[in-house]
Amino acid sequence: MIAPRSRLLVTAALLAALPSAALPAQEVDRSHPPTLPPPPTLRVPAVETATLPNGLELAVIEMHKVPVVDVTLLVGAGTVSDPDDLPGLATFTANMLQQGAGSRGALDIADEAAYLGASLNTGAGFDAATASLHVPKRRLGPALDLLADVVLRPTFPDTEIARQRDLRRAQILQQRDQPVAMANVAFAAIVFGATHPYGRPASGTETSTAALNRDRVLQFYQAYYRPNTTRMLVVGDVTLNEAKRLVAARFGGWARGEAPPPPTASAPAAAARSIYLVDKPGAAQSVVRIGQIGVSRATPDFFALEVLNTILGGSFTSRLNQNLRETHGYTYGANSQFAMRRLAGPFVASASIVTAKTDSALIEFMRELRRIRDEAVPQAELAKAKAYISLGLPAEFETTQGAARQFSNLLLYDLPLDYYGTYIPRINAVTAADVQRVARQYLDPDHFAIVVVGDRSKIEAGLQALHEGPIAYRDMWGQIAP
Amino acid sequence: MKAAVTAWRSGATAAGIALAVLLLAAVPPTRLAAQALRVPYQTFTLPNGLKVIVHEDHSVPIVTVNTWYHVGSSDERPGRTGFAHLFEHLMFMGSEHVPTGQFDQLLEAAGGDNNGSTTEDRTNYWENGPSSSLELMLYLDSDRMGFLLPEITPPKVDLQRGVVQNERRQSYENQPYGLAQENILQRLYPADHTYHWPVIGSMVDLNAASIEDVQQFSRTYYTPSNATMVVAGDVTLRQVRPLVERYFGGLARGPAVTRTPPPAVGLPADVYATLEDRVQLPRVYDTWHTVKGFAPDDAGLEVLGDILAEGKASRLYKRLVYELQIATQVAAFQDAGRIDGKFEIFATARPGHDLNELARVIDEEVRSLAESGPTPREVERVQNSIEAGFLGRMERVGSFGGKADQLNYYDYLVGTPDYFQRDLDRFRRVRPADVQRLARDYLLRAHRVVLSVVPAGHTELAATEGASR
Repeated sequence: MIAPRSRLLVTAALLAALPSAALPAQEVDRSHPPTLPPPPTLRVPAVETATLPNGLELAVIEMHKVPVVDVTLLVGAGTVSDPDDLPGLATFTANMLQQGAGSRGALDIADEAAYLGASLNTGAGFDAATASLHVPKRRLGPALDLLADVVLRPTFPDTEIARQRDLRRAQILQQRDQPVAMANVAFAAIVFGATHPYGRPASGTETSTAALNRDRVLQFYQAYYRPNTTRMLVVGDVTLNEAKRLVAARFGGWARGEAPPPPTASAPAAAARSIYLVDKPGAAQSVVRIGQIGVSRATPDFFALEVLNTILGGSFTSRLNQNLRETHGYTYGANSQFAMRRLAGPFVASASIVTAKTDSALIEFMRELRRIRDEAVPQAELAKAKAYISLGLPAEFETTQGAARQFSNLLLYDLPLDYYGTYIPRINAVTAADVQRVARQYLDPDHFAIVVVGDRSKIEAGLQALHEGPIAYRDMWGQIAP
Repeated sequence: MKAAVTAWRSGATAAGIALAVLLLAAVPPTRLAAQALRVPYQTFTLPNGLKVIVHEDHSVPIVTVNTWYHVGSSDERPGRTGFAHLFEHLMFMGSEHVPTGQFDQLLEAAGGDNNGSTTEDRTNYWENGPSSSLELMLYLDSDRMGFLLPEITPPKVDLQRGVVQNERRQSYENQPYGLAQENILQRLYPADHTYHWPVIGSMVDLNAASIEDVQQFSRTYYTPSNATMVVAGDVTLRQVRPLVERYFGGLARGPAVTRTPPPAVGLPADVYATLEDRVQLPRVYDTWHTVKGFAPDDAGLEVLGDILAEGKASRLYKRLVYELQIATQVAAFQDAGRIDGKFEIFATARPGHDLNELARVIDEEVRSLAESGPTPREVERVQNSIEAGFLGRMERVGSFGGKADQLNYYDYLVGTPDYFQRDLDRFRRVRPADVQRLARDYLLRAHRVVLSVVPAGHTELAATEGASR
């Protein structure tokens, strides 16, 4: 859960020729690391766009190294559009797209995709539903036929609704075995509250799952799955004209519709710092989530926050990982992230801690979360974080799926498509004062929610002795435990 | 693994290929396999035995250094299980000229990332970064290859012991069904077989690991002559070779590594076992002994696994999850290493169903394949998906499963780094009659380990001998 970071495609800039005369091995000076040549220069990949008459926006990035194509549809049908009485409807609807479409049944769709060597996926995140395809170039046509069936002509058969509903019921039951999933659900519910779109469980609850039916799915689909709320990204071994032709032939007839606007929920006021304990008897580790509501993707402080989080918990050498893992050995890894969405998402610091060290680890967590506010970041640490972000950019654009991930983010959050062209200078402009300012502005330890999923009988006394706040007892849904 | 990333299995299909994709002019529309996969490389070996493979890919200005030490958990001795992986962690703790913590600090400051992983057969390490960071990577890797021991102290061993034990807790003990694999291995392999224990090892053995163990292990296995290094990306041989010679040339060759051949594996009878776990739903695992990676039947067994359980169109998914709705999920796969292999099927029951119900259907489907074989389309579907996987993995040079890692994988397992096309050909050659024979000989007519993992206190849900089969 290292925070996702945007990175840049870079040209194959030729390095200056390195000294080629091999020194005898005995003469190697190992007393200091080698001086490196200047890093390669950057070139942003070209994005071309087109809009179909029905409002469907298309973006194309040509990558011809390998004959594969990656297609992503971002539909304004994310979990934020879940009705209050039916959390889980958006993810269920996205899943149902593949359970019958056009003249094909659920098994036919799966069989056809596999036969074409295509990965076909549908799902829903907070701010968008996605339908995606990754396929060898020469099967692109028939694979797009399949994708178009799934997105435009789902049939939602009652038998398949019942089948998937039953399956989901079993999966929700299995969440009780997964302390990480429990911690994430509980943390979101506690921080955002059950009525905020980011506070509801994306996969629904036992109650909401039982209430899923064809009418609700169809209604949701018809309201939200529209070309004018959709952006399509094609990355790989195609040209704009080719992609336009293939897409227009299949998605050109998709009828526009007036979709309800995304909700504008207001964030609840943060409560005073508390520890929320979710009991998991016999757990070998305590899963810890510490945080609060953070920022939206539109924040003007994006770049300062990227640097802040890289220093705090966004890389292997970050403070949280170094302290909790490399200095103390309490965990296999600790990290933090600002999850930036259309609305303000959470800031969260995370780790799975050996049960006996739960309290000691929380002391170190809180120490680091306070220190980054109280002290200016040393220059060397700041420089390392900025270099890690900016010099690491090319790798993010190496593959079609990597590039698709980066550009999907721009499309989803209405950011300009030349965004990455100024990314590095904006990272490099961040100062230690900026980092401290955003730390003080966006990290408020007095109002952290500290969620711990672990063995209450073994950790409760230690948590009480911390005096980091009262202990409240919650269930896996974040609700008050009986 | 050093850092928490997606688990990496040294499976036979993990591949990364690229370059020189030769599309034939007139491709028949129903055939996918009309292209040659090639990953050109150049190789040289230093006098101390370090083999180096260089692959140029100038599409993005990045470089990766991928080093395989030919040592894994199968080289451990009883009482020290988990040691190869603990040693992997110590490789990041500093060396004589690189103080503790600086390995990661220097790489990140150069824009790089790194990780490592351990399997039964090998331990791998990679660094990815901008092409400008090549020399730093070689400096760091050579220092820990040649100058690790002076810096390894008991407190460092203790610290990483704690990290690894937390890895075991996080990835196994605190995971539902997380202890199933070690329970299967100890029943499938005899105690003197080196696949008898899991890579992660036991808590007791991890506690026993000493500084003397570290020293002996390092001198035996962490030597230039027991390693192969791939350098791939936006670099040239002309650039790589002098740097490798400079940093690695002075390191001393190690002793030849000798291994005793593994004992024979064979179950004289079915073995049934039940494990109570903190799970909501019971799960049954059937495991058969098969063949090692790249043995003649290895690829066919992978195809068999995919026909049984890959995707919703597969036979077991269709019966268990879709039609009968008695399972939430099912998987089947050939899992083959350098010295041996196994075939595994597992399925998780839905609420209200016991494992005998699932086991009965699994047996019916295995029998059906053994008696009638798959359809040509089923085989072709699986082959097309496997080929797409090869193609998709051609896009990346670094990390786990990228082209560099794959060159090392093929070099170690089959002795030919650019084995991509020939590996794919193995799958393309599989015919329905092969799958039928494999289902019959390796599954239907062979003995197996049947492990039931049930919610604590509910052993009545377990699969029982004779009830289903």
